[in-house]
Amino acid sequence: MIKIFIPRDMLAIALGADEVAEAIVLEAAVQKISVQIIRNSSRGMAWLEPLVEVETPKGRVGYGGVKMKDVKGLFAAKFYEGGKHELGQGLVEEIPFLKNQERLTFARAGITDPVSLTDYIAHGGFEGLKKALTLSGSDIVKEVQESGLRGRGGAGFPTGLKWKTVNEVKADQKYVCCNADEGDSGTFADRMIMEGDPFLLIEGMIIAALAGGATKGYIYCRSEYPYAISTLKEAIAIATNAKWLGQNIQGTEHCFTLEVRRGAGAYICGEETAMLESLEGKRGMVRAKPPIPALVGLFGKPTIINNVLSFCAVPFILARGAKAYADYGMGRSRGTMPFQLGGNLERGGIVEKAFGITLRELVEDFGGGPYMGKPLRAVQLGGPLGAYVGANQLDLKMDYETLSANGAMLGHGGIVVFDTTVDMAQQARFAMEFCAIESCGKCTPCRIGSTRGVEVIDKIVAGENRDANLLLLEDLCQTMTDGSLCAMGGLTPMPVMSAVKHFPEDFDKPTRLAAE
Amino acid sequence: MAKKHTLIDINSSKADPAVAIAARYGNKPDALLEILHDLQQELGYVPEKSLPAIANALNISRAEAYGVATFYHDFHLDPIGKHVIKICQAEACQSAGGMQVIAALEKGLKVKLGQTTSDGLVTLEAVYCLGLCPMGPAALIDGKPKAAIKPNTVDALIKELVS
Ligand SMILES: Cc1cc2nc3c(=O)[nH]c(=O)nc-3n(C[C@H](O)[C@H](O)[C@H](O)COP(=O)(O)O)c2cc1C
Ligand code: SF4
Ligand code: FES
Repeated sequence: MIKIFIPRDMLAIALGADEVAEAIVLEAAVQKISVQIIRNSSRGMAWLEPLVEVETPKGRVGYGGVKMKDVKGLFAAKFYEGGKHELGQGLVEEIPFLKNQERLTFARAGITDPVSLTDYIAHGGFEGLKKALTLSGSDIVKEVQESGLRGRGGAGFPTGLKWKTVNEVKADQKYVCCNADEGDSGTFADRMIMEGDPFLLIEGMIIAALAGGATKGYIYCRSEYPYAISTLKEAIAIATNAKWLGQNIQGTEHCFTLEVRRGAGAYICGEETAMLESLEGKRGMVRAKPPIPALVGLFGKPTIINNVLSFCAVPFILARGAKAYADYGMGRSRGTMPFQLGGNLERGGIVEKAFGITLRELVEDFGGGPYMGKPLRAVQLGGPLGAYVGANQLDLKMDYETLSANGAMLGHGGIVVFDTTVDMAQQARFAMEFCAIESCGKCTPCRIGSTRGVEVIDKIVAGENRDANLLLLEDLCQTMTDGSLCAMGGLTPMPVMSAVKHFPEDFDKPTRLAAE
Repeated sequence: MAKKHTLIDINSSKADPAVAIAARYGNKPDALLEILHDLQQELGYVPEKSLPAIANALNISRAEAYGVATFYHDFHLDPIGKHVIKICQAEACQSAGGMQVIAALEKGLKVKLGQTTSDGLVTLEAVYCLGLCPMGPAALIDGKPKAAIKPNTVDALIKELVS
């Protein structure tokens, strides 16, 4: 029996993986070749999807970008024995993009069947939880604190400290909530974990529950991710059956139940307090802090809220020790980060590396630069509220401190590349427009200021009192920064003003046109 | 006259489907979004006349139910097209030519973003990122993902959808 792997990841499916899988099954039947099709997770090499892999004695051999029409040719080339074909990629694990990574969170990506508990356990799954079940809550907290793990959802708050607060407060009920809203454009690591390694997230959340003393958890997943939602539900049912969830986890006295809830297309519900409101069935209005959710969270109870990637870093930390994790990284940015390369790049996808890698290594060495041969002009870091940097800033080191010292931020690790066709005034306008559409409406600077921002940028672009309007824009941004309750209004100025600062020529169209 | 009569008949003979859906969630107020999602899946939209029934079942005010149904971009209070194209309008897709794809869709369907074709067949909506960012422009077409869309393949895509 020949083992053939075809990803069930949403991106692979968007590029035809289901049709390719079907065509391979049909052709194998016609040729009377006995094959076993495994719908594995994605390796995170987006440009090669659908990546069809065949198990051979030397290892898995890959064929990239396979279309339905290629299937007959692949059979003719005996791909099922690893035969030569123009789509051939050789041994998958030798592909430099993959080989040069440090995959801790994405260790199983592409290797396992996402909903096979056997696969998960055979590849190190539940080792962290098994360790955690032998520890007290406060010992788990200590381990996570020592690892230096910081929240991967955007704010970079120390995860262990948050868990400590919940651990120490007394309450009749505590919760663990996973923020899987992944609203930042240019990010997809949460999606890939939920679809590709759902037991990892479940394991991380159970460990958090043990640490904090919670018995009930929710995963708040955006509705734009239908495959993640169905895979999570399936995985939760499987884990519950196998007694990793529910009453008396693995025969211990610990209990934890987990439920998936869908968002409904509101970016602001990624902000943790708006997410709590939404989980309570309300409009996603941001709550004022304090009180912090660790003390007064879901239904008013102490709640651990973390991003998918934060939870998913924890099983490794417990299994291998805080030090093994902290040995990666630099300064106060410990461990690895699954960077997400998107936009106009030759090779996009997941690059998990220790903090401290440069932006140039990411977009040039891994990413291969823009795909249409034009030079790179701008990179947006950290989602729609993140800064734009120019081609002259590619030597920036990717860690929390370096980026913030340079007026940028890591956010959730999204990296979106633009070539020279980009119009940065339009990107700045879009940032304001996005804020106007997605504002929860609580603060005037965010709700109204963003609409004013669009108008002012339009005037600047039209060359109307350009200098005065640029000053006005700056002023408006300052008001938004100072007068907003959350980072929606507070950080929208970041993409806007970084575009003005690094690409002033784009805000001076009339003069430029006149000069030409 | 006759039309009005049938409407009343339907109302009196059949309970609002929302009531059964709410019961499936144990009439828990925190499940409101799930209930609205399921209702929209069943009917294609969230009829305003279902909101009082939901409010009643969950023991919340009508204003709260209405507030939630209108806050979230996903929920439609009016019927929409038989098919829905949700096209990504966010940055990574922009950098890969997303705006040209949107323009081609608008031209091909003769609608603007947020509108439904006059024959009621297709609704075109903007979404902000589908997590398919390395291979944009991306869309969800009747819930099925599609990536690496080109302006010149848009017409074929529309044809396939409505045929
Ligand atoms: C407008 C806005 C959107 C956000 N969106 C997300 C999101 O989609 N996912 C996420 O994990 N955090 C998001 N955050 C950050 C959360 O508020 C919060 O910091 C995070 O979930 C905490 O988890 P962490 O410590 O593991 O990062 C957002 C914040 C703001 C202000
Ligand atoms: S800044 Fe904007 S999104 Fe945040 S609370 Fe204020 S109005 Fe709401
Ligand atoms: S930006 Fe379009 S899919 Fe992410």
